[in-house]
Amino acid sequence: MRRINTRRSLSALALVATAGFVLAACGGGGNGSSSAGGKSPGEGKPECAQLTKYGNLTGKKVHVYTSIVAPEDQSQKDSYKVFTTCTGATVQYEGSKEFEAQLVVRVKSGNAPDIAYVPQPGLLATLVKQTGKVAEAPKDVSDNVDKWFGKDWKAYGTVDGKFYAAPLGANVKSFVWYSPKMFAKNGWTVPQTWDEMMQLTDKIAATGIKPWCAGISSGDATGWPLTDWLEDTILRDAGADFYNQWVAHDVPFNDPKVAEALDRDGAILKNPKYVNGGYGDVKSIATTTFQDGGLPILKGQCAMHRQASFYAANWPKGTDVSENGDAFAFYLPVTNQDNGKPVLGGGEFVTAFNKRPEVQAFQTYLSSDTWANEKAKDTPGGGWVSANKGLDPNNLVSPIDKLSAETLQDPNAVFRFDGSDQMPGEVGSGSFWKEMTAWIATGESTKDALDKIEASWPKS
Amino acid sequence: MTTTTPELTVPPAARVPAGTKAHTALTNRWASFAAVVIAVLWTIPTAGLLISSFRPQADVQGNGWWNFFTNPHVTLDNYRAVLHGSDTDLATYFVNSIAITIPSVIIPISLATMAAYAFAWMKFPGRSVLFVAVFAMQIVPIQVTMIPLLTLYVNPPFGLPQLAGGDAPGGGFYTIWLSHSIFALPLAIYLLHNFMKEIPAELIEAARVDGAGHVRIFSRIMLPLMMPAIAAFGIFQFLWVWNDLLVALVFGGGSLDVSPLTVRLAELSGTRGQDWHLLAAGAFVSLVVPLIVFLAGQRYFVRGLLSGSVKG
Repeated sequence: MRRINTRRSLSALALVATAGFVLAACGGGGNGSSSAGGKSPGEGKPECAQLTKYGNLTGKKVHVYTSIVAPEDQSQKDSYKVFTTCTGATVQYEGSKEFEAQLVVRVKSGNAPDIAYVPQPGLLATLVKQTGKVAEAPKDVSDNVDKWFGKDWKAYGTVDGKFYAAPLGANVKSFVWYSPKMFAKNGWTVPQTWDEMMQLTDKIAATGIKPWCAGISSGDATGWPLTDWLEDTILRDAGADFYNQWVAHDVPFNDPKVAEALDRDGAILKNPKYVNGGYGDVKSIATTTFQDGGLPILKGQCAMHRQASFYAANWPKGTDVSENGDAFAFYLPVTNQDNGKPVLGGGEFVTAFNKRPEVQAFQTYLSSDTWANEKAKDTPGGGWVSANKGLDPNNLVSPIDKLSAETLQDPNAVFRFDGSDQMPGEVGSGSFWKEMTAWIATGESTKDALDKIEASWPKS
Repeated sequence: MTTTTPELTVPPAARVPAGTKAHTALTNRWASFAAVVIAVLWTIPTAGLLISSFRPQADVQGNGWWNFFTNPHVTLDNYRAVLHGSDTDLATYFVNSIAITIPSVIIPISLATMAAYAFAWMKFPGRSVLFVAVFAMQIVPIQVTMIPLLTLYVNPPFGLPQLAGGDAPGGGFYTIWLSHSIFALPLAIYLLHNFMKEIPAELIEAARVDGAGHVRIFSRIMLPLMMPAIAAFGIFQFLWVWNDLLVALVFGGGSLDVSPLTVRLAELSGTRGQDWHLLAAGAFVSLVVPLIVFLAGQRYFVRGLLSGSVKG
């Protein structure tokens, strides 16, 4: 008996040891300097000018982890072809809808991707401060961002004075979707001020059509469309500087100005005469998914739907999304002229976790105007835009993307990033969503809702 | 030394009256009626899902599946989009799912049958303490182990080779197999141990007298007798691994080349959830294999559920 056992364990040990050697032989790797040396495959090509200095990167791989999944990922992958021709390196693309949670797990356990497209400045700050594994952006990227993006955008990729992440795509949230055909048929015109918009709302309501429709249901994130409503009205009523203070919690969350802004939204969203076109009463807003929120516009059951530019993807196939088509968007009008033309939006930031030359080359490529235009050309279906000033709006295919690009590049535009994405997680993706939902679904008062969110702000 | 089914260990006299009682109770007309009602109620959501999977996008987004009966439009577009919608064909994910599932079922079962034998029939110091420790392992939730375990894979101690991360060999399958095995072992050992304990000691003593050692007893007596329990646990583990998303996402991360079907399903609705009408069709595609496995092994499944519990 004993003998057999010993022999068995010996052979088992031998097996483990062999496996170990074999596996070890396959492992290995190392760090490189910022250039790999050798002659770059892109030498002499004008679009490669910025990338040749990284040398010959043939056979190298850059692992990119993002929240952009099929079918939107195809145009991303297509737009990397120029990078591969210029440097020889290939991009290994991985998209996941569980990105936000998984990224933190991977980075904390030392299994970080080379590059992640982080859609929230708040998450970027968390990664920088808690893990310390985010690599600072190389000088080329910083210079590109200075040249092609506004200062506000660079600030969102900066943590504690150090610049980490260049902006990638962008979206515009200050849009109201409507049906140009329906407006033309009824003789309605696109409102230029908030007051005009409210007059139009009354006019539409008088015809028996409920003028507004909305949907805030979105799984765990139910309530987020209302945070955009509130942020948009704060920007319009109280201005961008107040907005910054509010996001940073330098003024309390339940400041009287915030209550005023939320009441302005409530005048639309909580008025049973104005909502919820195609779905029912005020409470149906909470049970309608945000994807379906604006669809009654196509059936003539609703006239206006405030939602971001990316809502373009939600119209069924065959919908004509253009200035004179079935659906289009206008800029959510301002309430007064003192605060300029505020634009609320979002976007992704290219966050790198190491400094290998191919990774830095890819960061440089993504921050350039070359990539922005390349991406625009590779997105035939529309649904993508960037705040990159080098992006030629004529390269964008869909009218709504052109409108977004023009809105972002407007010299009068005051861009502000979605505030709930910058607040601490307990608020930005917790109590803010929850209380906004209660505000609609249970008829909670503006004061109660804001007081509860203020109480949930983490004490530091 | 031919196979003996474990049912023989239950005294036949005790079973017959209980069986008759159950028989009369269950063939009652009202009981049958209730059973049919429950069965129908339970099936309605699945039937709705099946109908939804064949409805066109506009219908799915416009109204509920019951409108199908007044307004029947049938399309295969959803299935087409699920099968060929992304640049990686669904077949790749299907193969990955199989490549992940089969070793993740075989590894824990092989280890657990041997461990269960040792715990049940071999005397060694600290046996009870060790068994309680294994048993207690079941209460550790997967979620708390994610970061520590992944850290171990990336930076293994004692100079062991790296299993996860950019330079790891094998592209990520090793870590998924290993993780599934780790998470399955406590329950597997416990279940199989309980089953093995029920085998009468006389059998083993007789084998001993005939000169059989542990290896021979294990392979010639235990394995054949344990087949129902092994098959039952195998089905358990198969369904769990096949339907798993979390372990594959966390430990298999790094490339879609090693992602199972569930990862593709989770991404099916698109970046902003705009394609949610595809989910019903996706669910039915992924359901096919577990359904076949379950139907094929159904009788082991029920037997296995009882094997861990106290027998009358």
